[in-house]
Amino acid sequence: MRNLHLERLESEAIYIMRETAAQFERPCLMFSGGKDSLVMVRLARKAFWPAPIPFPLLHVDTGHNFPETIALRDRLTREIGARLIVRTVQDSIDQGRVKEEEGPNASRNLLQITTLLDALGELKTDAALGGARRDEEKARAKERFFSHRDRFGQWDPKNQRPELWHIFNGRKRPGEHFRIFPLSNWTELDVWEYILMQDIEIPSIYFAHEREIVERDGVLLAKCDYVSLANGEAWTRETVRFRTVGDMTCTGAIRSPAATLEEIIEEVASARVTERGARADDLRSEAAMEDRKRQGYF
Amino acid sequence: MDILRFTTAGHVDDGKSTLIGRLLYDSKAIHQDQYQSIERASLGQGDGAVNLALVTDGLRAEREQGITIDVAYRYFSTSRRKFIIADTPGHIQYTRNMVTGASTAELAIILIDARNGVLQQSRRHGFIASLLQIPHVLVAINKMDLVDYSEEAYRNIVGDYREFVERLDIDDVVFIPISALKGDNVVEPSKRMDWYRGPTILHHLETVKVGAGRNVVDFRFPVQYVIRPGQRFRGYAGRVASGSIAPGEDIVALPSGKESRIRSIVCMEQDVQRARAGDSVVITVEDNIDIGRGDMIVRRRNKPLVTRSIDADICWMSEEPMNTNRRWILQHTTRNVQAAVGNVIYRMNIDTLHRETADALGLNDIGRIEFELADPLFVDAYRVNRETGSFILIDPDANNTVAAGMIRGAAQHVPPVGRTPAMERLVSPGVVWDELFIAREARERRQGHQAAVLWMTGLSGSGKSTIARALEKRLFEQGVRTMSIDGDYVRHGLCGDLSFSEADRAENIRRVGETARLCFEQGNITICALVSPRRRDRAYPRHVIPEGRFFEVHVDCDLETCKRRDPKGLYKKALDNEIRDFTGISAPYEPPEYPELRLQTDALSVQECVDRVVAMLAAQGIIPSTA
Repeated sequence: MRNLHLERLESEAIYIMRETAAQFERPCLMFSGGKDSLVMVRLARKAFWPAPIPFPLLHVDTGHNFPETIALRDRLTREIGARLIVRTVQDSIDQGRVKEEEGPNASRNLLQITTLLDALGELKTDAALGGARRDEEKARAKERFFSHRDRFGQWDPKNQRPELWHIFNGRKRPGEHFRIFPLSNWTELDVWEYILMQDIEIPSIYFAHEREIVERDGVLLAKCDYVSLANGEAWTRETVRFRTVGDMTCTGAIRSPAATLEEIIEEVASARVTERGARADDLRSEAAMEDRKRQGYF
Repeated sequence: MDILRFTTAGHVDDGKSTLIGRLLYDSKAIHQDQYQSIERASLGQGDGAVNLALVTDGLRAEREQGITIDVAYRYFSTSRRKFIIADTPGHIQYTRNMVTGASTAELAIILIDARNGVLQQSRRHGFIASLLQIPHVLVAINKMDLVDYSEEAYRNIVGDYREFVERLDIDDVVFIPISALKGDNVVEPSKRMDWYRGPTILHHLETVKVGAGRNVVDFRFPVQYVIRPGQRFRGYAGRVASGSIAPGEDIVALPSGKESRIRSIVCMEQDVQRARAGDSVVITVEDNIDIGRGDMIVRRRNKPLVTRSIDADICWMSEEPMNTNRRWILQHTTRNVQAAVGNVIYRMNIDTLHRETADALGLNDIGRIEFELADPLFVDAYRVNRETGSFILIDPDANNTVAAGMIRGAAQHVPPVGRTPAMERLVSPGVVWDELFIAREARERRQGHQAAVLWMTGLSGSGKSTIARALEKRLFEQGVRTMSIDGDYVRHGLCGDLSFSEADRAENIRRVGETARLCFEQGNITICALVSPRRRDRAYPRHVIPEGRFFEVHVDCDLETCKRRDPKGLYKKALDNEIRDFTGISAPYEPPEYPELRLQTDALSVQECVDRVVAMLAAQGIIPSTA
């Protein structure tokens, strides 16, 4: 069965990746090990096949990753011969670039902005490919495919270039760079259907499994070294799965029996909560995402 | 399942955001947490009801001002289709946003408030949809609940808008009466408008034909990237802009003109048998020919127009008005060339659809402009091919995108509207033009050479008159019939009533152009020597003389040399402010972009200049080459 809309989205994403390779000197692909970045790697391989991916993968590691994600990351990059560059939030903390948050809701989510910007500067990256989609959150609805960032990595929603037809203007001044989002027009469901169609391996935490969790402000957090219990809280064992694989301190699980891709697609298609709805950091304020984006978050 | 991209246009008060909110909500594309978030925000606005419009209101600044200021993209799907909405604000100052949203859309929803009827902005939206060649237009007549679901009110608006749309270039227009607020005819058919038997908005969106705007005939493959993993493989990556291609078919690469044949179309899983419009593929060819990014692979028997000038409709998108003396980077498919404005033909008043005189375009202006290009482009008219007929202009200093362009074709030196009214030549009332008693062709046969007009333009002191005199003497001695019109002569008498203002200079050129034409029609090689500093003024004589018979000769000399020569002492006077509006000192000179001949008089002798003009006339068949 031909899936015409996925073919169109794939073709568009490949086109964007090739424009990136052609228009920039030192692009890199932001890699988190999550499903979106795994789709990005597949698309990058297709875009340049039979040549290898002409740019490195950059992983900003908070140190609080799910071990399943890291294992898959290392296996995949070995298999396809991609260049992987890892920069850690721990190093940024050790170098005194950032200060670790404290308290039961401590998260390294904000700290990784500094690590990311430092890494982009160190690698002289002029184009960072990301797997963000416009459907994820309101503030992203106006994001461009080629998103211009100033010398401080900041995004100014008032100063973005109009994008017409399929013509992308990647010109910039020295020190400025672009964030490039080939999956802009994809939805969460498209990503899952593409993973199924292309048979892409994803970390096991996306599938239903039993795990000890604690429910905090409506978010189910996994038991790990980085999450400590507050007064009155207790670990409970439940069948859950994750919809994103960010930092363990703020990535919430959902109660779900979906153990196969087909079941996940079924679940996503009828979902009543967006995938970001399970992220504690977005609930902090109504304009949370916009604030982080202005500072250079993806 | 396929994809329909559509755009929505309407004033803030037309209920556009409510319509989108309704589509998303009724098709269950709004998630619970999103709904809660707009519920929370609605409370803050204190009007009680949940405001569906807030679904589409992205950025905080906009939420505070209560308006949308940029194109936002929304997604939803039904069991039949995936939809991408480019939601564009409809304010007058946001023409650029609608153009942006429309550039990738296959359908436009234009909202009209049933209480207000067809307003100027409804026309403006229709015009932009037509300009951008959106294949389908859906006019949603909203707020029917506020006109008691009146069929008459609906019919009146449909009649008015239809009359307007007939003047545009839109094939498919559908009207639907709705209430976005109450949900009538958006997703569910209305029970309150039984007089309406057409589709709901969603039904129309689900069933309208997609791909109608795609060109499936003309194969165009702009090369994006060359893939060379090693010596043994060389592939050209790109997205098929239009048409299709299969292995074994003959191709030619532009601009080199090298021919070859498709060997394979490579994809990671397996090679494909045919690549079609929209497919991202890698092409390999049989022969080892040099092809790089910015080149275009096409069929041998179906080539685009290869041109160094274009005539295009432009939407200006920068806060800074267009400066016609600058050069821009023109990005077309994967190719970048330098472009200069050759001629501003008109600005479109998009409220009245009248063409207006313009020197340049400002933010949100739409106009028609001719550009000269430093390198050739491979283009099709936008009307037949949106992919190879579109381009953007980039400011080479600020790097921002300043304009969107839709190509009509190669530049034809179309006379600017209003600038030289006599481009539709002035005629006194009551006179009749008879064909000349002796036709020019008869004179040309008898005298053994063709008639022509040589237009020498250049700064004062560059040597125009000197060369003109020497040239006329040479031609006269060879038995060629000549006439001579010198700028200084016509300023005595014929144009003695004119000043050196912009308008009078234009009139001066018009009169000389017409005089030259009379001489030309009587078989003469007519030599005109005038400063004629403005490109658009010089377009007039070019316009009234047949193609191939008008020769613009740029008598080029740097300003310092002219000042030093100063044969009439004019530069000194100008520098002493005794003469105002003196070209080169206090008034601009616009050198010709593509003169038929350029003579650099600071490097060439008078005789050498004359030799070159004579050689050009011989080469063009105006005079016999032995003459």
